[in-house]
Amino acid sequence: MTPVAEVDRHLTPTLRIRPTKGWAALNLRELWSYRDLLWILVERNIKVIYKQTALGMTWVALQPLIAAIILAVVFGRVAKLPSDGMPYLLFVFCGLTAWRYFSETAQRSNSSLVNNAQLVSKVYFPRMLIPLSHTFSALVDFAVMLVMLFIFMAVYRVPPTLRLAAIPGFLFLTAMAATGVALWFSALSVKYRDCNYALPFFLQIWMYASAVVYPTSMIVSPRWQTLFALNPVVGFVEGFRWSVLGRSALNPTIFWVTVAMSLFILVSGAFFFRRVERSFADII
Amino acid sequence: MSELALSVTGLSKSFNIDHRRNGLPRYRTLHDDLLALPRRLLTTFSRNGRSTSEIFWALRDVSFEVKRGEVIGIIGANGAGKSTLLKILNRITEPTTGGADVYGRVGALLEVGTGFHPELTGRENIFLNGAILGMSRAEIRQKFDEIIAFAEIEKFLDTPVKRYSSGMYVRLAFAVAAHLEPEILLIDEVLAVGDAQFQKKSLAKMEEVAAKDGRTVIFVSHSMSTISRLCPRVIWLRGGQVAADGTANDVIQQYSDIASVDQPRVSWPEGISNAGITEIKLMSVGLLDKNCRQTADFDYSEPLSFELTYTVFDPIPFCRIGFMLHALDGSPVFEIYDIDEDTNGGRREPGSYVIRCEVPGDLLKPGRYSLSLNAGMPGIKNLVRLDGVLQFSVHDHALPGAAMNLPRLGVIRPKTRWFRKAL
Repeated sequence: MTPVAEVDRHLTPTLRIRPTKGWAALNLRELWSYRDLLWILVERNIKVIYKQTALGMTWVALQPLIAAIILAVVFGRVAKLPSDGMPYLLFVFCGLTAWRYFSETAQRSNSSLVNNAQLVSKVYFPRMLIPLSHTFSALVDFAVMLVMLFIFMAVYRVPPTLRLAAIPGFLFLTAMAATGVALWFSALSVKYRDCNYALPFFLQIWMYASAVVYPTSMIVSPRWQTLFALNPVVGFVEGFRWSVLGRSALNPTIFWVTVAMSLFILVSGAFFFRRVERSFADII
Repeated sequence: MSELALSVTGLSKSFNIDHRRNGLPRYRTLHDDLLALPRRLLTTFSRNGRSTSEIFWALRDVSFEVKRGEVIGIIGANGAGKSTLLKILNRITEPTTGGADVYGRVGALLEVGTGFHPELTGRENIFLNGAILGMSRAEIRQKFDEIIAFAEIEKFLDTPVKRYSSGMYVRLAFAVAAHLEPEILLIDEVLAVGDAQFQKKSLAKMEEVAAKDGRTVIFVSHSMSTISRLCPRVIWLRGGQVAADGTANDVIQQYSDIASVDQPRVSWPEGISNAGITEIKLMSVGLLDKNCRQTADFDYSEPLSFELTYTVFDPIPFCRIGFMLHALDGSPVFEIYDIDEDTNGGRREPGSYVIRCEVPGDLLKPGRYSLSLNAGMPGIKNLVRLDGVLQFSVHDHALPGAAMNLPRLGVIRPKTRWFRKAL
């Protein structure tokens, strides 16, 4: 028995809750309406990450610096890999700037949904905001590396050129692909916790496959170069070197393949995420 | 003619329960799925292979309508589908079949303190939590002073909330949520936390929210006294279906007559804990008499014991596990923890354990009681909270004066000593 006798049935509901199946629309408008929450999540990520550490934000600078020095010793001094005629440390640091933004975004967002299980199972908001917030908060680390890169340029007396203006463009591409990878992995790790263990290895292999420690010019055949560029990180690393070091020429094939791949990873990641997110609260 | 706020039609929700992984957390690994693939293909093609998973219907064909400005209480035993219903209405999870039409902005308070980050300060958490609950930054800023005044935490605004006492934590969390202003508010059993004074204050706030015109409230609770105070209309869910829908008095009467059958033991083969908690799972809880026999019917003069088994998966630095006892009308009797007598016992190492708590005889007033379980890291987070898992009765077979057994005030009847002499 329902004690609702006379009700106005001509209104249209503001929300229809129905079971959904298959592929869902991205619903970017809703994402936009939650932008305040996105910024607060970004703020939270930044504030929390180095809390209660003695060195605090110094770690942001220290981590890539140490990584670059190790790579420079191992691959520059010992293995004597070529570096397009640039000082190896500068060469590798430039590659790392692009790579670390990509890998940090992917790594931090990988377990982000699981870490926020409390939120996902208790409150509604577009779940995409959680991995997406890391795309933005990792920009802090990127900015620090960029400043350090400029310092390296001054130390090695590499004159800045107009090409530096292309950095935001390459950063945008990197962010697109990184977000795509983040969406794929964070969604998968809700169901398969294996991702937490697999991704670090995967990223390590990915780095060595991405021309961070060696120049693309080591691969001579242009056909192989195009194939190589299917890995979009190659394009990001080359793009950064092109705009910062100003030596190597930008291969247009690599560039366009990179643009296409970044778009593909982002769009496929977003649709995959939307497809599986409806079951997050039930299985997280 | 009044306006509709919510219309639920034929709503059902099913879950798959997997029987293969008894007692283990239910995380699937890629390995598991790859191993299960051939079998899954076989069962799909042959159709006669017995599947190891079973479908459980948390909600089955639930329909009701709510008018604007109505305050509705939802009652039912654990597992009756109350929380699932709220989760669907709040879009956290999707229905399997059926649906709901919602007219207006929905706000929900399904658990106090959701989205609080222990490392962030009170001030930062107000913004975080507010945004998560759906408030814009401007809205939060506008209500900021009101929120901190309500929570009474002015002095600790810039302290990380991990250093808050559990009382402060709950006050702040409730204060943020109470200042949400959605047209339809879903509330799941949040008033049960906090000290008595704050409970009273939050109850008053809830009444105020409900009284404001046009505000629709759907309120889930185990406390019949709270429900009957706040909600004119009550829906009783049993086994995922609507068992009754009507005025509070009628439905609560039916519920207490039929629903709460005394039960000496409940087990969770896969363990149970709050969402997202992996450190600890409760496995079973039971009631024992003085001879360690399972029963749900006790003698007034004899001691009774609560027995709880649990499994710890990861070490927990400090945790208390205990029981809360309520009379069936919802009035609290007591709250006790296993570390009350031994404050060093709070560390938990992985393994399975059983704890037993003996309540002396000659104490509980004859009547019906409801036992709740609570495990938590005080001031940090709650691990398991299960309300009203077991019901039992205390009888006064041997009680002197049983013959003139008129209702008595209070929740306990301690054995007292009397002296009388002629002056």
